[in-house]
Amino acid sequence: MALDSKTGTAPRDFKIIGTRPARPDGIDKVTGRARFGADMSAPGMLVGRVLRSPHAHARIKSIDSSAAEALSGVHAVVTRADFSAPGEDVADILDNCMAGEKALYDGHAVAAVAAASAAVARQALKLIKVEYEPLPHVTDVDAAMATGAPALHEGRANETVPEGHSPNVMARHAFGHGDIDAGLAQADRVLERSYRTEATHQGYIEPHACLASMGPDGQADLWCCTQGHYMVRNTCAAILGITQGQLRVTASEIGGGFGGKTTVFLEPVALMLAKKTGRPVKMVMSRAEVLRATGPTSSSSVDIRLGMTSEGRITAAFAELRYQGGAYPGAPVDMGAMSAFAPYDLEHVRTIGWDVVTNRPKAAAYRAPGAPMAAFAVESAIDELARDLGLDPLEVRLKNAAREGTRASYGPTYPAIGLEATLRTARDHPHWSAPLGPNQGRGVACGFWFNFGGDTCVSLNITPDGTVNLSEGNPDIGGSRASMSMMAAEELGVPYDKVRTVIADTGALGQNEVTDGSRVTFAVGLATIEAARAAKREMCKRAAQVWGIDEEAVIWEDGAARPSGPNAGEHPPMTLAEIAAIASNTGGPIAGHHEVNAEGAGVSFATHMVDTEVDPETGAVKVLRYTVFQDAGKAVHPSYVEGQFQGGAVQGIGWALNEEYIYDDDGILQNAGFLDYRIPVASDLPMIDAVILEIPNPGHPYGVRGVGETSIVPPLAAIANAVSASIGARMNDLPMSPPKVLAAIQAR
Amino acid sequence: MVQVTIWGSLAAATDDQTEVEIQASTLRELLDGLAARYPALKPQLERGVSVAIDGRIYNDSWFTPIHEDSEVVLLARLKGG
Amino acid sequence: MSKIHVTTTINGDPVDFLCDGGESLLDVLRDRLGMTGSKEGCGTGDCGACSITVDGRLVCSCLMLGAEAEGREIATIEGMADGETLHPLQRKFIEHAALQCGICTPGILVAAQSLLERNPDPTEEETRYWLAGNLCRCTGYDKIIRAVLDAAKDMREAS
Repeated sequence: MALDSKTGTAPRDFKIIGTRPARPDGIDKVTGRARFGADMSAPGMLVGRVLRSPHAHARIKSIDSSAAEALSGVHAVVTRADFSAPGEDVADILDNCMAGEKALYDGHAVAAVAAASAAVARQALKLIKVEYEPLPHVTDVDAAMATGAPALHEGRANETVPEGHSPNVMARHAFGHGDIDAGLAQADRVLERSYRTEATHQGYIEPHACLASMGPDGQADLWCCTQGHYMVRNTCAAILGITQGQLRVTASEIGGGFGGKTTVFLEPVALMLAKKTGRPVKMVMSRAEVLRATGPTSSSSVDIRLGMTSEGRITAAFAELRYQGGAYPGAPVDMGAMSAFAPYDLEHVRTIGWDVVTNRPKAAAYRAPGAPMAAFAVESAIDELARDLGLDPLEVRLKNAAREGTRASYGPTYPAIGLEATLRTARDHPHWSAPLGPNQGRGVACGFWFNFGGDTCVSLNITPDGTVNLSEGNPDIGGSRASMSMMAAEELGVPYDKVRTVIADTGALGQNEVTDGSRVTFAVGLATIEAARAAKREMCKRAAQVWGIDEEAVIWEDGAARPSGPNAGEHPPMTLAEIAAIASNTGGPIAGHHEVNAEGAGVSFATHMVDTEVDPETGAVKVLRYTVFQDAGKAVHPSYVEGQFQGGAVQGIGWALNEEYIYDDDGILQNAGFLDYRIPVASDLPMIDAVILEIPNPGHPYGVRGVGETSIVPPLAAIANAVSASIGARMNDLPMSPPKVLAAIQAR
Repeated sequence: MVQVTIWGSLAAATDDQTEVEIQASTLRELLDGLAARYPALKPQLERGVSVAIDGRIYNDSWFTPIHEDSEVVLLARLKGG
Repeated sequence: MSKIHVTTTINGDPVDFLCDGGESLLDVLRDRLGMTGSKEGCGTGDCGACSITVDGRLVCSCLMLGAEAEGREIATIEGMADGETLHPLQRKFIEHAALQCGICTPGILVAAQSLLERNPDPTEEETRYWLAGNLCRCTGYDKIIRAVLDAAKDMREAS
């Protein structure tokens, strides 16, 4: 439902929006009191653990759990046989949570036990006898597309895949407009390049964890760390064959998600164990299980063809993207293909994306899913062409930048957007003209992300002493509770500390889309504003009753109900607290609520700038300086907006320089731990400067745009461009780990 | 009649036309109209699409109004992380 | 196998517990003593989310056996505040928005406190290297470093 008509976006002087108050959950988190997924216990609780396939691809011929079940302290063993046939919507999810006919990757769950202690559970796993028939496997995307590649599934390609392709090709997407060959003919220089990136993991520090209980009547309770407890409720209810009302899910505090916790892994299994044992069952993943068997992002293989005039105008842009999404269809290659050239105004543009399966864990979303790898290829190609032509990389981007009225490469016409503002601000920033020393180079890149809305419920309830309870349904992964309280306080005209925002369990609200797509400040924010407006209307009504005047003659201003003008009579204003105190006398408790499928989320653009220094003897790359320029529409809480910019940039740094999934010839993951899957540490990095631009989003009452995801899109190319400049050779393959950089230096 | 832009790979289902015209005043009527006129589009419509109306993205809101001069683009279903 | 009876001091309080020989101190703190402030991020000493101090020395509690706590002085995140009064590091973390999801925060606070006890005036580089054993995936470390340096400044001025 479009909200323009109801909400309006007139600019205003904000009292609270744009300030930096302390977050409500801050004290709990700095004292260790906050409860995360693994921090909950229940009396009589059992410990659940999962048995996982040691093979990358194998038929499961039989599972004999009798010895395990006989072990003292073991209460139940669960396999796929315990689950009834699921609906098509959740079939792949269930198969990923508990393998059926085949184990499709190293670490794929094949059975689970619930036992009186972790030690007994570990012992029990060893007693489960699984007979496997190992099959040939494939982990590389291009190898999986080749004729004769080992096939994971038969006949699952959809109607978009032409005849004759490997059965591992699930879908083909295509976007764009114009005529590429005509465009290339107009170019003075044409670049053809191929790029590769490896799979990476979101790397949240908190492993998946949950505590499940289920009674014989089908009523169930689940505590889990998730980005969307309503999604968990709906998915688990579908898998277990109960109604959504029977399962109440409470979201714990979440120790990072980034998209990796927008689906389920342990939860249906924990519920099934709880059902079978009649006891609460707690399940927590180890770090190795998180890396082996949750949802890393796709590895990619991308071909680019780009044509440019000698003045720097892009005449044609073509990309073919091949992504592997792990063992099931759904690699985010469609979004990669749509976002690849989104920052540019192009007459001739075409992207083709291939969704391919491999014997790897099922990919889950990772912060702007599909976009970073595509941007890596596109922004590297633009940079290489610009430098070849002797042109300034920022000026080339400005020359081709999309603006209001540009037809996007993925179809729609852009409304007001902030790309040029980020580019100009970057060009005029002192970072751009700072001097560079030997072995140092500077890189820039642009990025884009869609941002989403979705189903949202907010319930705002006022207590007798005039404090405001705000209930919403989106787990807080970045500090959003503070922003909701700020928006409610701004709207109601009360101090920030009079509002308390909580994340309600699934019994309290109807449905909420997961915390993803950079949607929470936007969608939950606008629902909060609408709920507050509803409460204000009710409070004006109460004041009108007390004063004996018409409802229409009462307005809300500066935290109080007031007569709208002298004709309405002389009545001193009634504050929210005063009206709350007499709520029972005037009809009952006061509340406002709002439910909406929020639409109209604004797109968001960024430009990143980075300086690197490369050690010519080791190939080690040091990040010297990093600046993020990104459009936030309206920064509700600037510290948390900066935090999103910085966090996304650093994940991009890790992806560019170090992080990768390494499989051996048997398809077994070699680096399933934080020592060898190395994410950036404090000593790797400089301060990350964050420049917030504000080009308001017309679809939100305060102009808010999502910010959480865009900041991971530019860093891969920005860093590759900087490293390429540092060493005088292009790096087209990520990660740019020291051996690869050294090889590039030596091959110059 | 509303003009709808069909993205690249779907054009195969609309006889290679990337711009089609459908009688519709809401999003639901648009999608139903497309399915009726171009049955080959049905698998993708069932998998889910997003629709951009005058530059803003809509997912499932059936009664979103569409005006004759609106710019309407059919997109892949968008989801975030 | 029978359990081991351990007597120790945690955050100044005398504590005793029973544990298996193979149980880590982290498991004991979390599962036997209900002290869930220290977190398990990896179980292999690579992430620092389980940081505690043992006789004043910064340690990953996942790499230490519960039985090794015998006779020692253990300090965890739960002991950092003094009743109602937050430690300057805790206050500065909130002020600087140096946490987003907060899962790494207890470990980083314990590690930072340990740094400032040894070096009340660290440089940015010294701070970064000291905290290199504490992984954070949300913040990019920027605001964390600023908060630690700012807390150090406050603490120097107060003493």
